[in-house]
Amino acid sequence: MVDDDAIRCDACPVLCYIKPGRTGACDRYANDNGQLIRIDPHVVLDRALSRGDSVVPFLDRNREWDGNIVSGSDTFVTAIGAGTTYPDYKPAPFIISSEVQGVDMVTVVTEGIFSYCGVKLKIDTDRYLGPETNLVRAQGESVGHVTTSEYGSQMLSLGGVRHLTGGSRREGTVTCETLLNLCDRKPVELTIDEGATVVVEAGKAPIVDGVREERMRVGCGSATIGMFAKQWQGKVDEVVVFDDHITGVLSEHQAGKLLGIPETGIEMKGRRSTPGRYFRVAEPGTAWGGTNIDDPLSILREFDPEIAWPKLRLLMVSTTGEHHAYFELDEALRPVEKELPASLTESVARIKENCEPALSTVLFMAGAGGSLRAGVTENPVRLTHSVRDALTRVTCGGAPVYVWPGGGITFMVDVSRMPERAFGYVPTPALVAPIEFTLKLKDYAALGGYMDHVRPLNSILHGEGRRHISANPENPWPLSGTKPPKSDPRSDQ
Amino acid sequence: MREPAQMRILPDGRRLHLHDGPIDLIIEAFGAASEVNAAYRAAAARFVTVLDELCGELFFLRQPARTGGPRAAGVIARRMATAVAPYGERNFITPMAAVAGAVAEEILGSMASAATLSRAYVNNGGDIALHLAPGERFLVGMVERPDRPSLFGKVELHSTEPVRGIATSGWRGRSFSLGIADAVTVLADHAAAADAAATIIANAVDLPGHPNITRVPARELAPDSDLGFRLVTQKVGELSSHEIATGLDAGVAVADSLLAEGLIRSAALHLRGETRVVGASVASGWFVAPEKSSRSLIHA
Repeated sequence: MVDDDAIRCDACPVLCYIKPGRTGACDRYANDNGQLIRIDPHVVLDRALSRGDSVVPFLDRNREWDGNIVSGSDTFVTAIGAGTTYPDYKPAPFIISSEVQGVDMVTVVTEGIFSYCGVKLKIDTDRYLGPETNLVRAQGESVGHVTTSEYGSQMLSLGGVRHLTGGSRREGTVTCETLLNLCDRKPVELTIDEGATVVVEAGKAPIVDGVREERMRVGCGSATIGMFAKQWQGKVDEVVVFDDHITGVLSEHQAGKLLGIPETGIEMKGRRSTPGRYFRVAEPGTAWGGTNIDDPLSILREFDPEIAWPKLRLLMVSTTGEHHAYFELDEALRPVEKELPASLTESVARIKENCEPALSTVLFMAGAGGSLRAGVTENPVRLTHSVRDALTRVTCGGAPVYVWPGGGITFMVDVSRMPERAFGYVPTPALVAPIEFTLKLKDYAALGGYMDHVRPLNSILHGEGRRHISANPENPWPLSGTKPPKSDPRSDQ
Repeated sequence: MREPAQMRILPDGRRLHLHDGPIDLIIEAFGAASEVNAAYRAAAARFVTVLDELCGELFFLRQPARTGGPRAAGVIARRMATAVAPYGERNFITPMAAVAGAVAEEILGSMASAATLSRAYVNNGGDIALHLAPGERFLVGMVERPDRPSLFGKVELHSTEPVRGIATSGWRGRSFSLGIADAVTVLADHAAAADAAATIIANAVDLPGHPNITRVPARELAPDSDLGFRLVTQKVGELSSHEIATGLDAGVAVADSLLAEGLIRSAALHLRGETRVVGASVASGWFVAPEKSSRSLIHA
């Protein structure tokens, strides 16, 4: 079928050809000047359904391409579903005025199409996920890389313009899908070259090689010795705290010395850093303390017969308390595993208790390009200056963002603070994310805003396709930067 | 990028919403909680492959219905083909005219065979399949203009009556129409049959050659439309009361013949606020008079 200006939608197997200005068979995807965009009548459907009074037998063909979220009793209009005027350099779809404590405010609401975007993933785990800088893959395609290890966590950087548009078509599509799923708080399986397979989901425990991560370590092995030395005194002669970074040994550690714990003749493998602290007792892995060790005794040499004694009591425990074993030396000074004495179970449990729940957390990061800023003001750089000068507040679906210092408007937002279904995509591929700029009306006029497009809040509250949700009480209220308003009786119907 | 099928319970905690591509179903079952649960699970399990099944033979399903041609493979596709078969000789119609009703019927069937339900409905964008255990009834509200939903009447359906399918068609709806009816609502024994018949009757409500009616070749709007370059209605301007009556008469004539052939049980035809009813409504009390207050389209 030859049709020059129609585009083919690949959102479902119907594979509609869609002409400019028309929607596909689903009424959810549309051709906007050659760009396939998502218009999400779910928002409309939600409204009709949540009102509980009628189900409309047809979806309205002539529906406008909007569908905003409006929240709170002091209402804030988010950009979710607002659509975008990109790449037409026209004023943003909604420029809304409202009065806050006697001051006229304006919120410019748009959806940004972000090619320059990605997510920063923090995976709370002591298990080894893979070498720094190695590729992270989803469905076999490279979608990002391993970056730094942080305290008790591994950071991954996913997406970015090179994976989205610089590689193969499939690489871009899979990257886009991966980012979208992570931002929508859905689980995603990632495989790291020469490393682990990890299932991550914003706000949920990561699953590393099929094992759900329960807790973050309370500290490295050495720190754990310091924290618990006193509780072990008199109950056990030696403690080794397993860690893939620094493994601690009680009798040699400063904390043990201070308590007068005698030498035990223990001989560790690995490289000693300072007394009682050992680097690299084993290779990183997903077993004991984030090492590749299944048998804890394999990190010990033979005990020094000049110092050790039969019946010497040895506790070996990982930094999260998830792995532990208890041994006593026999007459030949060989460790023999015994049941953990009741006097030590409490300290092991306490290590575990002090480890916070392990989570995967997802920050969406994107840069608002010139054309997006041009939807706000005729002079885009002034918007950047206004954001820099803290005259303009940037929010993402009503959630607070961190605007990175330096040029441009590059921001990060915790996706778990955003409303559900806040993200979309275009087949470029690129992500669609909501972004709102809130500032005083007079400041908006001063920076060259589209004053003749400013509309009062009331004018858009009662149209078709508005989805009302309650504000997230943990977020500052976008219009005032302080507390959110009281809950709205219309919310969450 | 393929979006996965979505399945969720709506905020009212009662209804199930299934969505995949262009298919959007609102489902409600009535009965013991465990039976409703089992029915919803069965519906969801059946639903996940429906779109792929249909798309697998989409080309065939977009071809005009003709006897002696190739047969559909899938169970839903066969139901679509069966529903439009009676019209193939005299009208242009493709199995796609019955897709919404056929899907609704299939999902309802999976629910009814998996659980004991007093009542259930599967509403596929206004094309509805119904299940009624003996002694049960449904009250169904009707809208005249899909784009301006307000109830103009309601239908009461009892288990003793044969109607298990309701469908509405019109040029303002999601699918293209060759006619000018605002809406034609059909009651039939099955949802797929109602869907096909509503399409045929809505196409027949027409004023051929009228200058105030804007018609556009379907493929100029949707390049892969099964209607090809046939003219579909995009706008209906001023009509005199005489013209409205003439247009409705044309539709009623077709509806009467379908009724006589046993293809439908009843039909309500709407054009510019005028309504004609065909079929058993007078005797049974179907299509009762309009009421002022707004009610659910499907009211428990």
